[in-house]
Amino acid sequence: MKKIRHILNWTATVGSAVVVCLFLGIILIDIFSQGWSSVTWHFVVDFPRNGMTEGGIIPAVIGTVLLTLITTVFAVPFGIACAVYLNEYAPSNWVTGLIRASIRNLAGIPSIIYGLFGLALFVQTLNLGTSVLSAGLTLGLLSLPYIITTTEEALKTIPNSMREATLALGCTQFETIRDVVVPKALPGILTGVILTLSRAAGETAPILFTGAAFYINGLTMSVNQEFMALPYHLYMLSTQHTSIEQVRPLAYGTAVVLISLVFILNLVAFYVRYKNREKA
Amino acid sequence: MENHAKLAAHDMNLFFGEKQILKNINIDFPEKEVTSLIGPSGCGKSTLLRSFNRMHDLTPEAKIQGKLTIDDQDIYHPSQPLTQLRKRIGMVFQKPNPLPKSIFDNLAYALKIHKYPKSEMEDLVENALKESYLWDEVKDDLKKPATKLSGGQQQRLCIARTVILRPEVILMDEPCSALDPISTHKIEDLILKLRSDYTIVIVTHNMQQAQRISDKVAFMYLGELIEYDTTDVIFNNAKKELTRNYISGHFG
Repeated sequence: MKKIRHILNWTATVGSAVVVCLFLGIILIDIFSQGWSSVTWHFVVDFPRNGMTEGGIIPAVIGTVLLTLITTVFAVPFGIACAVYLNEYAPSNWVTGLIRASIRNLAGIPSIIYGLFGLALFVQTLNLGTSVLSAGLTLGLLSLPYIITTTEEALKTIPNSMREATLALGCTQFETIRDVVVPKALPGILTGVILTLSRAAGETAPILFTGAAFYINGLTMSVNQEFMALPYHLYMLSTQHTSIEQVRPLAYGTAVVLISLVFILNLVAFYVRYKNREKA
Repeated sequence: MENHAKLAAHDMNLFFGEKQILKNINIDFPEKEVTSLIGPSGCGKSTLLRSFNRMHDLTPEAKIQGKLTIDDQDIYHPSQPLTQLRKRIGMVFQKPNPLPKSIFDNLAYALKIHKYPKSEMEDLVENALKESYLWDEVKDDLKKPATKLSGGQQQRLCIARTVILRPEVILMDEPCSALDPISTHKIEDLILKLRSDYTIVIVTHNMQQAQRISDKVAFMYLGELIEYDTTDVIFNNAKKELTRNYISGHFG
């Protein structure tokens, strides 16, 4: 009887793991098998032509890179500073509790709400217009709770004995954080940051109203311009285009490029973590 | 003639939240002597030790009443500069805690924080390492990460990091409890040597250690200071029965 239960448990857990991997595998195989043939160097660096039925996706690649950069510049310093405050300085009282609860709830808000909020705040109230800046700031807001949470987790892994070491030498709390706590937690922080950004890079809903364009002529060269982005380009090619059947290979190609971009970011995160484990 | 009292606590009570950890402590530690704090786990020895360099400051629920002094200056007076105070009262912890930097940088960092000129650093680092009997073992790889040293070497590095700032007092919180007997022996030698220049207060669970290294011994029990006298009196002629029982291993 005990043995049967053991076998059942084992099958259930291993089965679940296999199913998860299976889904990932099916998605990857489907996209890569259908999209691989359209991904050429030419496809990545060329402009779309003939009503986007031919040519490449360079404006969307540049747009997504620019967008992610703006998100990084905005969200990473704010997120890390906020996590440092919460973990190192904040007293444990109801105000801190409220801040933490707010952050948890922010992480649970659907991304389309962020899009509408970005439209109301950045595009209209702050008058930044529909632009890559507005969209980057919106994505930054979306990323903040994840960056704060992962950074705080990384800071929590630093033992107190480390902080006491420098405090007892006569360091101020700020010096302790700057010279010991944050450097020691940096690999963990970076891993969280990169994973968050790779998620943000693939978001569509928050950029929909805030700056992503169906089609632009030329490249986005300044932060107050509209932009094309890979996820939105993909959405558009697969559902909004006038001749969907004709552009299907291009849609698959775009998906391959987007997935590869995110995959590369994840690999960097793995590498950072691996390097850190080696050092420790 | 007894040396003048370097560190002292007067009518000191310490609470963590509602719980009273230290009860009416009155003690003074003479200058340039080694004083051991002994007593069973949880008696408040470490808590008392950590009060002198204000390591409880980051624990909001810790409340201290009474007066603690260094050279008759109030340690907890609002005008007391905390970083300078901690430079004057150095601390060595139970578990060696080198910074994630090279051996050299562990020591240089302490100097940098207190704005010593760069030109003096190399000499000061060398001196501190010699003073803590570590120089011969590490002189050829000062660039090595400090975490790669053995536990005993790490602890001597932590002592070097403390003495490099020329503190007046060194607090040691069971500095040998994580070390093997040979490393322990080296640290004890080091303490006996440092005794001529520094006032040392050490928490220890090791009775032989307390006998070997200390001039005076304070026995604490359940947050109270039970008996405080010279090492000889405490170990051979203790006045309180509680002390005698603890020393002879009847409890604790």
